[in-house]
Amino acid sequence: MAVGVAGLRGAFGNGAEHRASAIVDTMQGGGEPMHAGFRRAHARGLCVSGRFIASGDAAALSSARLFAAGESPVLGRMSIGGGSPVAPEASAGVRSMALAITQADGQQWRMAMNTPPVLAVGTPEAFHDQLRAMAPDPATGKPDPARIAAFFEAHPESAAFRAWQAGYTASDSWANTQYHGINAFVLVDAQGQRQPVRWAMVPEASFVPLGDGAHSDDALSREFQQRLADGPLRWTLRLQLAEPGDPVDNGALPWPDTRRTVDAGTVELTAARAQEGGDCNGLNFDPLVLPEGIEPSADPVLHARRAAYAESLRRRARETLLDGAP
Amino acid sequence: MSRYPLSARLLHWAMAALLLSQLSLGVSMVDRWQTWTTPAIQLHKAFGVLALVLVLLRLANRLRFRAPPLPHSIPALQRALARASHWALYGLMLALPLTGWAMHGAAGLPVRVGGFVLPALMDADLARYGLLRELHAWLAYGLLALVLVHAGAALHHAWVRRDGVFDHMAFGKRRAVDSSPADTPPGAARTPPPR
Repeated sequence: MAVGVAGLRGAFGNGAEHRASAIVDTMQGGGEPMHAGFRRAHARGLCVSGRFIASGDAAALSSARLFAAGESPVLGRMSIGGGSPVAPEASAGVRSMALAITQADGQQWRMAMNTPPVLAVGTPEAFHDQLRAMAPDPATGKPDPARIAAFFEAHPESAAFRAWQAGYTASDSWANTQYHGINAFVLVDAQGQRQPVRWAMVPEASFVPLGDGAHSDDALSREFQQRLADGPLRWTLRLQLAEPGDPVDNGALPWPDTRRTVDAGTVELTAARAQEGGDCNGLNFDPLVLPEGIEPSADPVLHARRAAYAESLRRRARETLLDGAP
Repeated sequence: MSRYPLSARLLHWAMAALLLSQLSLGVSMVDRWQTWTTPAIQLHKAFGVLALVLVLLRLANRLRFRAPPLPHSIPALQRALARASHWALYGLMLALPLTGWAMHGAAGLPVRVGGFVLPALMDADLARYGLLRELHAWLAYGLLALVLVHAGAALHHAWVRRDGVFDHMAFGKRRAVDSSPADTPPGAARTPPPR
């Protein structure tokens, strides 16, 4: 009886544990927000803009208009992981690219991509546990390596993520970094045929490792602006097509490298400006804002991301309204 | 004893169903991360567009006739309150889809129903989104409270006063005290109110 009730509560999402605000509370350290008005995750960033130039090669897979040969305007944001808008950029463990592509008919595709190709875990509950394990220890102000090790020990599904982490070397720029959509989505063509995909943004700029010397806090922003002064920066949107049996609803499990890929087009960024007062600051890069022809998979973390992003947006919008935060 | 025209009665009960669906969806989907919440939000938006169309239709329709008068057994102050509460309901039914729509503009988001996109009501602005987002929630709780009062009053007329006021919005046979030959003897058993 009690188990049944607990199961029902979990399925419906009653109880504090099943609320997006519980995850966002953990992200902001449990108490009052440290940085009112800013995103609770990936707080530090730079507004960018440009266009998406479709190759036309993905038009057979999805009826979304932006895949048909042509151009669509892009508004985006380059950022680093973490909840502080003043953290040093270059040394951040995670870098991100978020985009909002607007079709001619007004439909939008928003995406938030990170450097890791996979997540460490496959469920919102486990992700929340991971956040707790990585939270700073009140005693030292730093994450406790023993707790993190214990977390990974308890989650063998994190093997792919740990392998990526072990082999990751930070580059010297947002421009020569590859970003990943991580969770799977489903492309739907005009006939209703469904094709699960994941994608990566593959940079045109060649990889240069991050130097060992001292970096200013805004090293990445500054470097990005300098590159843009020399011309546009480009990435190829590379779709990876799942085959039957590939895990579609678990962001921790990668698909084999041998899977067919389709280059859907090029993201070309031509301008950047500070996020304070910038046109990307008020945008929520909710990965479930999709045009017709792209649908979410059943990956529970993908849906939890939508909920957590919405809660983060609501909080910072309220703070901005009440305290005139940025 | 007059009744609301058939068009108004049909719109009233269609809106009632839609409204309860919207309030339930809204309350249950916000701040939850279960997979079902994504289609729930899509449905909420599609229903919101439908609600706006219906409420505009209803308002236009409402201005074509005079409401059936309330019996004189009801004190003048109560009659005035009833009238005011009806217009407040109209106001909220209009304000909720409008704040929902405006909220999207303030977040820079299109309102999409299938392949159809509504024009943005305003430019993206974080503070304005904050205002509209909170307003949308408060108005919804206000509407929920008003709907409960409204339904309570309607049932009070139907079961306690039995003064025919409920029949203004009902279908089928009238059971009003002052209607033509009563089919039911006074005080005949009726369905008791649910407990």
